[in-house]
Amino acid sequence: MATVFGKAVKRREDPRLITGHGQYTDDVRLPGLLYAAILRSPHAHARIRKIDTSQALRHPGVVAVFTGQDIQGKMGTIPTAWLPPDSGIVTPPHHALAVDRVRYVGDGVAMVIAEDRYTARDALDLIQVEYEVLPAVVDQEAAMQEGAPQLHDEAPGNVAFHWKVGNFDPSAVQDADVVIRQRFRQQRLVPNPMEPRSAVADYNPATGEMTMWLTSQNPHIHRFLLSGILGIPEHKLRIIATDVGGGFGSKIPCYPDEALVGFAAKTLGRPVKWTEDRREHFMATTHGRDHYDDVELYGKKDGTILAIRVRATANMGAYLSTAAPGVPTILFGLIISGPYQIPYAEADVYGVFTNTTPTDAYRGAGRPEATYLLERMVDLFAREIGMDPVEVRRKNLVRAEQFPYNNPMGLTYDSGDYHGALHKALEMAGYAEFRRQQEEARRAGRLVGVGVTTYVEICGLGPSQVAGAVGFQGGLWESAQVRIHPTGKVTVFTGSSPHGQGEETTFAQIVADRLHIPVEDVEIVHGDTARISMGWGTYGSRSTPVGGSAIALATERVIEKAKKIAAHMLEVGEADVEFEEGQFRVKGAPSRQVSLGDVTLQAYLAWNLPPGVEPALEGQAFYDPSNFTYSFGTHICQVEVDRDTGEVKILRYIAVDDCGRVINPMIAEGQVHGGIVQGIGQALWEGAHYDEQGQLVTGTFMDYAMPRAHFFPTFETAFQETPSPHNPLGVKGIGETGTIASTPTVVNAVLDALSPYGVRDIEMPLTPERVWRAMKGAQEA
Amino acid sequence: MFPNAFEYEAPTSLDDAIRLIREHGYDAKVLAGGQSLLPMMKLRIAAPAVLIDINGIDELKGWREVDGTLRIGAMTRHAELEHARELADSFPLLSRTARWIADPLIRNRGTIGGSLAHADPGADWGAAMLAAGARIEARGPEGSRLIPVDEFFVDTFATSLNEDELVVAVHIDKPTGPVAARYMKLERKAGDFAIAALGVQVELDSNGRVAKAGIGMCACGPIPLRATKAEAALIGQPLTDETIKTVSRLVPEDADPTDDLRGSAEYKRDLLRVFASRALHEIAEELKGKVGGQ
Repeated sequence: MATVFGKAVKRREDPRLITGHGQYTDDVRLPGLLYAAILRSPHAHARIRKIDTSQALRHPGVVAVFTGQDIQGKMGTIPTAWLPPDSGIVTPPHHALAVDRVRYVGDGVAMVIAEDRYTARDALDLIQVEYEVLPAVVDQEAAMQEGAPQLHDEAPGNVAFHWKVGNFDPSAVQDADVVIRQRFRQQRLVPNPMEPRSAVADYNPATGEMTMWLTSQNPHIHRFLLSGILGIPEHKLRIIATDVGGGFGSKIPCYPDEALVGFAAKTLGRPVKWTEDRREHFMATTHGRDHYDDVELYGKKDGTILAIRVRATANMGAYLSTAAPGVPTILFGLIISGPYQIPYAEADVYGVFTNTTPTDAYRGAGRPEATYLLERMVDLFAREIGMDPVEVRRKNLVRAEQFPYNNPMGLTYDSGDYHGALHKALEMAGYAEFRRQQEEARRAGRLVGVGVTTYVEICGLGPSQVAGAVGFQGGLWESAQVRIHPTGKVTVFTGSSPHGQGEETTFAQIVADRLHIPVEDVEIVHGDTARISMGWGTYGSRSTPVGGSAIALATERVIEKAKKIAAHMLEVGEADVEFEEGQFRVKGAPSRQVSLGDVTLQAYLAWNLPPGVEPALEGQAFYDPSNFTYSFGTHICQVEVDRDTGEVKILRYIAVDDCGRVINPMIAEGQVHGGIVQGIGQALWEGAHYDEQGQLVTGTFMDYAMPRAHFFPTFETAFQETPSPHNPLGVKGIGETGTIASTPTVVNAVLDALSPYGVRDIEMPLTPERVWRAMKGAQEA
Repeated sequence: MFPNAFEYEAPTSLDDAIRLIREHGYDAKVLAGGQSLLPMMKLRIAAPAVLIDINGIDELKGWREVDGTLRIGAMTRHAELEHARELADSFPLLSRTARWIADPLIRNRGTIGGSLAHADPGADWGAAMLAAGARIEARGPEGSRLIPVDEFFVDTFATSLNEDELVVAVHIDKPTGPVAARYMKLERKAGDFAIAALGVQVELDSNGRVAKAGIGMCACGPIPLRATKAEAALIGQPLTDETIKTVSRLVPEDADPTDDLRGSAEYKRDLLRVFASRALHEIAEELKGKVGGQ
């Protein structure tokens, strides 16, 4: 059996997904199924004076209508599960339906349950709500001003938390030749996975058991939280999330809507389904990013960076979503010195309530924000001291011999060869040649530019002890169970919860590789709390380094046990047996062998097992990593700016990523492609926009510009492989690298193209008009 | 995204359609390609009590040339015009405009008549029809009439059609001299409505001077607008760099854009100037050597 680790095995999930045979939550049909629709606040901030549901209740086909008052005391509030320490965090109650006050456009006000979806929707129009509209605030800095509308009594000044980290010391920057100060705006983004959120709940009053199909990245976390909210003990609550059509972070949180579906099913004794429509997704699914970052970089004329400081104000929206507080703090502040040997760093972060949709993790979660400001600052610094931006990076990057490397925030980067990735990417891009061409192009009146990003990503979340120390209200280990059936076929149960990343394939490769069996003989089971003992889910580029490692360990345990049985069958000591090519062989006498299949059968027949060995062949592992893993790499982009219209055209995009050992290069490359597109989406097109009254004016795909294929050239990607030293596979995460690296790469490339104009910054997204305005402003100045 | 309940009618003749339109009046909406109407219904911005589906009426489909005029049936899909090679020489704006409309899926369903009747100032056909000097054929209970496109658009989403009239065709005269056209559009993403767009058609006389010029502007006012001053400045002129520069600067003078999410009025005006210049340069290039060869 040829090894399958490192092979571009085709994604086994694709045939079912692209032929319409996936089982998404909305595909679930149950006898007697009812449909829910949720009435959402049209106001950003208002007091609810009165709700009259009588007309809706009389509407034929309507089964029930619930308001915030109706559910008071009957179900719990929506929890926040990441509480950064020493941040003074306050978590005001988040009711599943607003009780007396709505705090953003989209806040749930009432839920209709009806016999079909059209009726449920029609009945929403029959609910009369009397609102007393209150002044709203949508901008986090405005919300912190004196006299700003206040969202929660518990949070004076609308401050949800204030968290600070770092070792910055004014005496450390006494020698600085230059200080660069710049303010950056991280605009607000809407995740927009293809599949909207959905939930189906089915309660069995006889047994007290509830089954919920859910669009979830982490079904066990949802079980844990929903158990508390619904008052259904965990062992009687089953969450199923097999096929999930993307999440990008938005399916981590525990939302009011899904909890309400569970409440309704339990209350009415009939199954209930709710699926958000795209408009609801825009207004009621968590958004991403939304920072102001005021940054200072201290450096010397020779290119040495001495320190970096950021004061960030993060817009948390109206309530603190499940993982939200960890995003602009832990996942952002701890990594702002990036891949560079910057001895002093500091992050000072305010999380602020506003009358907007709650924010939470969005692909990259905190790390794109950190990478963006750092890479932008490095380019500004290079410009200030008249040095090539690549040279500044080369000078400051952590060197290969310095690993493990401790950054100023206390993180230990496990392994790396940052200069190697930089060198490879520069070669691929022909950087020196490009700089020469750029001069020629400029003389010909063309505006071409190049951007280079060197990044490091904290991923493979993470050691549970650290999770606890940083206030994450859960563990971050992962479970795996590997079961070889009597016929030699294998079922793997994983606590990871892939929802588009292709781990049904890569995980099978891990097991097939170790057992020397065909990859088709391995089935991966995920996303079902009844079949999988425990799991912490898929986010933070953790599934392969943590979940995959658990699977590797569980597989090793199976082999260990099989080896004992094989030794018994071969009548030799265990130490004399080795496992190769699918055979257990006697060392030095390889013709004496038994196959894994024969051993497996004997394990189940149990006619003749060695003393003390139990029947069957299963391995289980609960793997808690000893450290995070740190993927890194270099991305390079070449752009041309249309001098007349401001349009940005991407000429070339080069990505060299190092995620340790690559299990499936095709899938890894696919993750890089998707990440690049999503990151460039932020750089050039996307942006959620509220007006002053708190109306979301980008509430449909007509108004919100998603990236489209025709904007992109063929990506030139390559991998460098520097194994992680601390997990059994030597792997790191690859799901978020593209999103982390591509945003600053493209923006820096555009600003490089515009360097004849001396433009320092253009706020994202860099729409043609903003670029045009920057050129015009520079010409007029 | 679930529409209100509605009644559905699917007439198979034009007379039946007009009878139904008359019978239901403002309660009804005509369903042509449905690419604007159905999204509006799903958002409940539109909630017609009756839908009159005219997709089954054969008289509204296809095109033919009669006495030097092209008559395009109202139910002709954008994609059909995009790919109609036989129209490319004499009616170059059709294909050049159609390819910019939304995305292939929408072009497969959306119709030229539906788009014009919907009268969205961001729709591409309005500007193109101004540039091509089209006439809209409307049919009501009293029969047909031809409405010059300049008189067709009244306001955003409003036309000079009577309540009981239906757009049945578009008429475009076949040019007599060498003709070339361009449609230029900037959109935020593929398939989007325009930030601004411009349709330009130029016909030369035997001396290589501009005999006819049409310039229509999209998404730069409450209705598609004609760049009248620029057109006038082109007539009788050769397409020199100097002329193009002067004319391009005149184009924004007839525009009336507003600031919105897609862009500021100032930017849209400048785009119109850039597009006019680019379009006229390309047209000049294309028409080079074509004069006298007719």
